[in-house]
Amino acid sequence: MSPSVVEVRNLTKRFGAFTAVDGISFDIGRGEILGLLGPNGAGKTTTFQMMLGLVTPSSGSIRMFGLDLQTNREAILQQVNFSSTYISLPYSLTVEENLSVVARLYGMSNMAGRIDDMVKKLEMGEWRTKLTRKLSSGQMTRLTLAKALLTEPKVLFLDEPTASLDPDIAHKIRAILLEERQATGLSILYTSHNMREMEEMSDRIIFLQRGKIVAEGTAKDIVARFGQADLEEVFLKLAREQ
Amino acid sequence: MAYHRIAALVIRHLYLYRRSLPRVMEIIYWPFLDLVVWGFITVYLATFQGQMPAVVTFLLGALILWDVLFRSQQGITISFLEEIWARNLMNLFASPLTPSEFLAATMVMSLFKVTAVSMVMSVCAWIFYGYNVFIIGLWLMPFIVNLVLTGWIIGVFTTSLIMRFGQEAEVLAWSMVFLFQPISCVFYPMEVLPSWLRAVASINPAAHVFEGMRGLLATHAAPLSSLSLASGLNLVYLGAVILWFHHTFSVCKDRGSLVRVGE
Repeated sequence: MSPSVVEVRNLTKRFGAFTAVDGISFDIGRGEILGLLGPNGAGKTTTFQMMLGLVTPSSGSIRMFGLDLQTNREAILQQVNFSSTYISLPYSLTVEENLSVVARLYGMSNMAGRIDDMVKKLEMGEWRTKLTRKLSSGQMTRLTLAKALLTEPKVLFLDEPTASLDPDIAHKIRAILLEERQATGLSILYTSHNMREMEEMSDRIIFLQRGKIVAEGTAKDIVARFGQADLEEVFLKLAREQ
Repeated sequence: MAYHRIAALVIRHLYLYRRSLPRVMEIIYWPFLDLVVWGFITVYLATFQGQMPAVVTFLLGALILWDVLFRSQQGITISFLEEIWARNLMNLFASPLTPSEFLAATMVMSLFKVTAVSMVMSVCAWIFYGYNVFIIGLWLMPFIVNLVLTGWIIGVFTTSLIMRFGQEAEVLAWSMVFLFQPISCVFYPMEVLPSWLRAVASINPAAHVFEGMRGLLATHAAPLSSLSLASGLNLVYLGAVILWFHHTFSVCKDRGSLVRVGE
């Protein structure tokens, strides 16, 4: 594996008596796409939020680019971004205004050129001046993805990035992500409930259950280890064991 | 502090004013309405007392200065609420933006609102009532600076409460400042308060500003002691509420509630 850009060690998050994430450890290599699988409540979102500095871990460490997130928040988050189907951008701003605010927030040089590139790449040209509140859910998903790629991150967290997209656009988005990875060495932590997509996109998969890693490896390894026909069967088996 | 991040957030809020009538009304319509109502009350009272110039000077001056404090507080709190309503806190705090930069941006927005509202009110007071706010002279500036600081203190305090207690506490954005109004002695001197309330008012920086203003208009004496007290109290409270905001931010991150504010 290529050198790790993300190192998570014994990461734990407790909310009172409830343990949401229970001592997980994993690495993400440069240019690697790591899939994070698990049923609802498995701890995926809490893990994401801790890695974005939004939730403080109870114990354990998160290091990115060799730096500790607790003590180097700004330097790390400058090189990280995220996109989630469940998060939007301010509705009262146009698509272009939202992207311009994000570019300014990250101190991007060549802001206009980079926005033009993103608009073109994600086929947003027809609605770049539209108010965000008027976007369809699929357009909103593309906008949040554009926001995430705009800042040229080295690590990207994607929470169900294609959930509300039609198959054609979803296919294009996956192609764009793979292209970005190829061109820039982008590392991605990826969640999806679309098992075919997880198999297609992920170099490796981590399966979380009740906050713990219960399986780790390539999709093929995991399927073989659990003696199931495909990743969906593995998911159903593990989820129903809860 | 990275100035480009503060500027980004300010620009994000200024974009909102481009096409939002309610937001523009907040700056023009409501302050204007306040001024009209209080202006007529002042004119009415003056007919009873036969001292119109003094009453106009006290009441309209107090009203304009009170609006400085009120809009300064709103500038902070409403900017935070805008992020909650837009469900944008996660985007902001997963970026390199620091809590201090966030606060600084809300303070800039607060100055923008105060400047706009003060201009609207001063011009309207002059046109409709012949009242010149600059009658207070150069002392107007330290009065305004102190009221802006008091507004920031109440604003940061309220923002921390909303961050900690979520949507249920939103109403504080509009009501909190009025909790301070009786002890700010905006329209009456501190001496009319009962002694226990006077003790409370004496640790409120805004009360010293309004006392100073009245003293200046009545005696033309330099309000140095009022301004010193107000400035000292403001600096102590501002430091304390900023520390408290950081503490609340850290508590919310620990409880995982920062990303759920407003849900």
